Amino acid sequence: MSIKGKAFIAGIYEHPGRHLPDRTLPQIHADVGLGALADAGLSTPDVDAYYSAGDAPGFGVLSMIDYLGLECRYLNDTETGGSSYLLHAQHAATAIAAGHIDVALITLAGKPLTGGAGPGGSGRVGAAPEAPFEGQWGMSVPGGYALAAQRHMHEFGTTSEQLAEIKVAASTHAQHNPRALLQDVVTVEEVIESPMISDPLHRLDCCVITDGGGAMVIVSEAVANSLERHSIPILGTGTYVKSSQSGRIDLTHTGAVKSGPLAFTEAGITPSDIDYVSIYDSFTITVLITLEDLGFCERGDGGRFVSDGNLQAPHGALPFNTDGGGLCNNHPANRGGMTKVIEAVRQLRGEANTPVQVGDCELALAHGTGGSLATRSASSTMIMGRSL
Amino acid sequence: MRLPARAAQSNSENAPFFEGATAGRLILPQCSICDFVIWFPREICPECGSQKVSWFEASGRGTIYSCTTTRRIPGSWGKVTPFVLAYVELEEGPRVMTNIVECDPESVSIGDSVEAVFEEALNRDGEPGPPLLRFRPTQG
Repeated sequence: MSIKGKAFIAGIYEHPGRHLPDRTLPQIHADVGLGALADAGLSTPDVDAYYSAGDAPGFGVLSMIDYLGLECRYLNDTETGGSSYLLHAQHAATAIAAGHIDVALITLAGKPLTGGAGPGGSGRVGAAPEAPFEGQWGMSVPGGYALAAQRHMHEFGTTSEQLAEIKVAASTHAQHNPRALLQDVVTVEEVIESPMISDPLHRLDCCVITDGGGAMVIVSEAVANSLERHSIPILGTGTYVKSSQSGRIDLTHTGAVKSGPLAFTEAGITPSDIDYVSIYDSFTITVLITLEDLGFCERGDGGRFVSDGNLQAPHGALPFNTDGGGLCNNHPANRGGMTKVIEAVRQLRGEANTPVQVGDCELALAHGTGGSLATRSASSTMIMGRSL
Repeated sequence: MRLPARAAQSNSENAPFFEGATAGRLILPQCSICDFVIWFPREICPECGSQKVSWFEASGRGTIYSCTTTRRIPGSWGKVTPFVLAYVELEEGPRVMTNIVECDPESVSIGDSVEAVFEEALNRDGEPGPPLLRFRPTQG
């Protein structure tokens, strides 16, 4: 059974806030959940399935279902860090295709700036079997991704200037987003001259840290047909966990080498058919490796690919992250998967910021990467269309 | 500068590794069925699924698979920058996350030969715990 054309994204909402000292975590979940339902033309009594991840406080989705006053017969709290919400969308689409549910609500919320849980936010971390072998070495989040960047540079000759081009493209897009945390266009030189965090990643190679959140509503065809606004069909999904590979980790690729082909096969299209991509951008290196893994360029050729203006909207060959992405706009709760889907839906609706709206955008891809490229990570790819 | 050294919390499954470290020896698990050298230490072979695991002494020699010199980081590690975070590929195969010590952080490179050193570490109560497996450039 394929989910192609069975499930539709009916509503999206990105919290307008980036610094929310006066909102509780449940309030932010409610803000975005109600926002996405209103965007779809639905309300809480319509919801029969709820999804969130480690960012749902208390007893997770059970606490949030109670707080929001939902009546659910399907729930899921799959936790893979920033990619969680793409996995939730995949699981919701599967449940819809199986006829179990009609309206799924997925929410993300967090307050890393003003007192919420950090990334992961789970007391389970200390009991992880790998913890005694990874927790002693001063590996910051940027430090882990720096290990991947160093190895990619070593094997393929990728340069800091090429990584900087990714940030430049994101900042060029963010100037048109009045809600973006960083709205100034930066140059390659400014990225290279920003403080070094962990070689070769500079401060401007890193995503922003923001409070906030986002949500989406996924519905069955019957519900989609009953709504006033046009819903966006999900055409293909794929997920793959790249483990630490039995202690033989290859740092130069991610699980996108498998999640991508799964999604493309289900959608029945190829990378060259895609008009717009939302690529997980925790760091510039995350984007570069993911573009290779998804087949938008050859392995090892990502540096050249991102330097040729391909990522720039609206006229590049593969416009990416037109909201400014996690590098400039928003990375709520240290988790970028939700906003990746949201901007892809905006592009397909023709509702992106005008200067970066891709003309005749018919097929879009959103990709999430959760965990760490340095150890274990979960990649999830979703392909959506303007219509079936 | 000496790096922070918080002892790892060992358990019954990985105890042979940490008992080895306490004796200054690098003891690794190996699958008794398929001979795969397992990392991180555990009593299951991630290659074949067997729980029959034996332990042997490894050479302690390896090469740097990747490394990064960290210059800005919060907390206690921020007081010892720059320091080197690395993956070392052991002669026996596993790629092990670690620090490179007794080195100039500006001159450590992928491909460099390194050797194991065990550094004293304290647990949360300030008591000595199993030493940490770090690496230094191969001497002489």
